[in-house]
Amino acid sequence: MELFINLTLFSMLVVTALAILRMRHLFAVVMLSSVFSLLCALLFVTLDAVDVAFTEAAVGAGISSVLMLGTMALTARHEKMPREFSPIPLIVVVATGAVLIYGTLDMPDFGSPDSPAQAHLATQYLTQSPTDIGVPNVVTAILASYRGYDTLGETVVVFTACVGVLMLIGGLARRRRKQGEETK
Amino acid sequence: MFLTAAIALFIGMIIVLIRLYAGPTLYDRVLAGNAFGTYTVLFIGVLGFLTGRPDFLDIALLYALINFVGTIAILKYFRYRAIGDTSPAPRGTPAANGRLNDRGAKS
Repeated sequence: MELFINLTLFSMLVVTALAILRMRHLFAVVMLSSVFSLLCALLFVTLDAVDVAFTEAAVGAGISSVLMLGTMALTARHEKMPREFSPIPLIVVVATGAVLIYGTLDMPDFGSPDSPAQAHLATQYLTQSPTDIGVPNVVTAILASYRGYDTLGETVVVFTACVGVLMLIGGLARRRRKQGEETK
Repeated sequence: MFLTAAIALFIGMIIVLIRLYAGPTLYDRVLAGNAFGTYTVLFIGVLGFLTGRPDFLDIALLYALINFVGTIAILKYFRYRAIGDTSPAPRGTPAANGRLNDRGAKS
């Protein structure tokens, strides 16, 4: 049953990726890529990584599609046809993918109790975080207390990036609007 | 029973994907994207019951919220062509009034 669900989700993912490649209408590409990240999120949920799935859905399907629409409003709506087929990017992508797949061959099985991630630190967090911190959810305890400064730094970085992007897009749009008024 | 529901959801997802790929107008595609988000919400709920852990229902609710806000953001983009500040000029100035009329005529 799990195999069936995973196979169906992965084949839909592949079909969506091929559709993104074939599309020249950029708005449809934006919508398809948001569907792509929703499918990724579903796959993460089937792998029990619910928090990663939630981040993927919020960033991939929510914010990045709005940002890409914003970019599209400032640039063009249709993709230009590529001039000619060049094999070098294809070779680079295939080689990188092959190396990545080769790297996963050494990894422990999914959910195996002997994996290094489960062996040392995880048991300590699981046994000690209720008495150390008193937060019932272990993930929250790690994120907000053990790695509190780390999380604060991450939030500052993301916030700064958001402010920068908004200023860039907003400034461009305002300049374009002013130009339009002057030409009128 | 839940497996049947999951299969039905998969069929719905495939139909929505076809509409998203083929859809002639922009609004077909927005609707298809929104419908796919709804299918995601439903599938997370069904998956929780399939694996015997219905705790994921809260997360499905959060996905519904994201889906709603995302669709509103996309549609707002169509209307105003901007994310943050949507007021182009102070109200009452002739330029602002003219632009509002232009926009109404276009949409």
